[in-house]
Amino acid sequence: MTVKDWFEQRKEMQIARRNKETRIDDSVGNLWVKCYHCNAQLLKKDVEDNLEVCPKCGYHFRINARTRISQLFDEGTFEELFGNITTADPLEFSDTESYKKRIATARAKTNMNEAVISGIGKIDGEITAAAVMDFEFMGGSMGSVVGEKVTLTMEEALKRKIPMIAITASGGARMQESILSLMQMAKTSCAVAKLNEAGLLYITVLTEPTFGGVTASFAMLGDIIIAEKDARIGFAGRRVIEQTIRQSLPADFQTSGYLMKYGQIDMISDRAGLKPLLARILRLHKKS
Amino acid sequence: MTILEFEKPIVEIQKKIQELKEISESSGMDVTAEIETFERQAMEYKKEVYASLTPAQRLQIARHADRPTFLDYIKLITTDFIEMHGDREGMDDRAIIGGIAKIEDKSVVILGTQKGKNTKENLVYNFGMPQPQGYRKALRLFNHANKFNMPIVTLIDTPGAYPGMKAEETAQGTAIAVNLREMAKLNVPVIAIITGEGCSGGALGLAVADKVYMLEHSYYTVISPEGCASILWRDASLAGTAAEALKITSEDLLRLNVIDGIIKEPLGGAHCDYEKISDDLKETIMRAIYELQDVSPKKLREQRYNKYRRMGVFCQ
Repeated sequence: MTVKDWFEQRKEMQIARRNKETRIDDSVGNLWVKCYHCNAQLLKKDVEDNLEVCPKCGYHFRINARTRISQLFDEGTFEELFGNITTADPLEFSDTESYKKRIATARAKTNMNEAVISGIGKIDGEITAAAVMDFEFMGGSMGSVVGEKVTLTMEEALKRKIPMIAITASGGARMQESILSLMQMAKTSCAVAKLNEAGLLYITVLTEPTFGGVTASFAMLGDIIIAEKDARIGFAGRRVIEQTIRQSLPADFQTSGYLMKYGQIDMISDRAGLKPLLARILRLHKKS
Repeated sequence: MTILEFEKPIVEIQKKIQELKEISESSGMDVTAEIETFERQAMEYKKEVYASLTPAQRLQIARHADRPTFLDYIKLITTDFIEMHGDREGMDDRAIIGGIAKIEDKSVVILGTQKGKNTKENLVYNFGMPQPQGYRKALRLFNHANKFNMPIVTLIDTPGAYPGMKAEETAQGTAIAVNLREMAKLNVPVIAIITGEGCSGGALGLAVADKVYMLEHSYYTVISPEGCASILWRDASLAGTAAEALKITSEDLLRLNVIDGIIKEPLGGAHCDYEKISDDLKETIMRAIYELQDVSPKKLREQRYNKYRRMGVFCQ
């Protein structure tokens, strides 16, 4: 093995580790957490105060929908909508575990009804409709409920003539609802067409990770597309592509920076800068 | 011709009948009545076999090497087909072929995914897996149809959009997403037919339509049964189990209100009778065109929107 190979291998192992688990490891105790990216031992409170970004290396950890909402929206302004819509099991799907059981587990784990929270709120005083996805709920996968809530949120924006923001975090379509999940891609994209026709601003914020059916529908249809720092975004998964083309991919493949390089997104924002950025964009599009 | 596992007994019986015929001819014995009985029994048996195929077996028919491809249908259902190449941005993806043509007396824009029948052809057509540029070419053709007020017909047979490095770099997800959105805005009738494999976003990117039909043995799914099995069961060899769980057959999709109709295939599958399946395909397309041609553009868009708006099952 040459020195170059050794470095390559080391880099790949780091990526593999990162891909496996991009959250912080809180198994070290109640007070301390470990950054998977730089291996630093960190005080949990320091990470929380830093918007769930590693204070040492700046790595952006995944955050759930509620944390995202509390970081972005002015305190007390976010009004949740369509929270009563819940999952059905139209195909009575069962793999190694039944879909019903998987849903029950996800609900208990996340204290959420489904993988998206819809609502209306204010970002630095600017009103907007928003759909915020949550990767912790079955990998943020899009089934009938996610598709319906995203569509309803866009229709609410249409009704109130306000901007719409979608914040994505998803592994893709939800297999357990098969074709009905696929149809959510069409449904949400048709709703974007309506926003376009009404001349309403639609912003998407792509966060770690955004893949598959969500990428290939409402995520990539924003008038303005922002990717959060350290997010991985793509259509097909890295492993599938490697198996298909039988060669290894660049280390930064499908990162926000990579997408920026290939002209697929408008900008990259770090977490601290996201709220002021969204507020500026909303203000610039306000009709005077 | 490729013979599938469940076809073997049928082929065996047919061979025996043939032998019997030859014996009777050479020996001068008259066994016509017996042969007729055997043939009738063979037919009954064949019908029985095809009526009780598992989803996994039907998957094999949908993927049959001799299944008619887009270009076969073009020859059999259209006249005066003129191919329009390229996305006008640097590439002509051969996995999606399209152009203008006449079906009976109607000028249409017709396009679809093209698969090869052997390795050499499949390398040209990339196994029917489009690149983003293929979807952009499709969109260019949709816009052409919109401009000149022609109905759009898409024929879909794809294992999915190509998962490659260059496809990601040139925005596969975006290309599909844009088609979904733009198809919603079209002012002309759109008719989509799943002729073989209808896999995932790669199929849907050509299938946001006023009328969606499936050939009897084709399948339409969010993920290939192999992909699903390897993710959920961690074992790709359980594709048959996944195919059943995913409810991917034409009857399943009709029941779920995702498609508008099923086009029956000749006994044994579409590859057994190209003319018959093409006639039926043509008839379905023409019926849909006549039904939609007098609907106003505004109404058409509204109906299309409402059709997809209703999709999904949840509790409230």
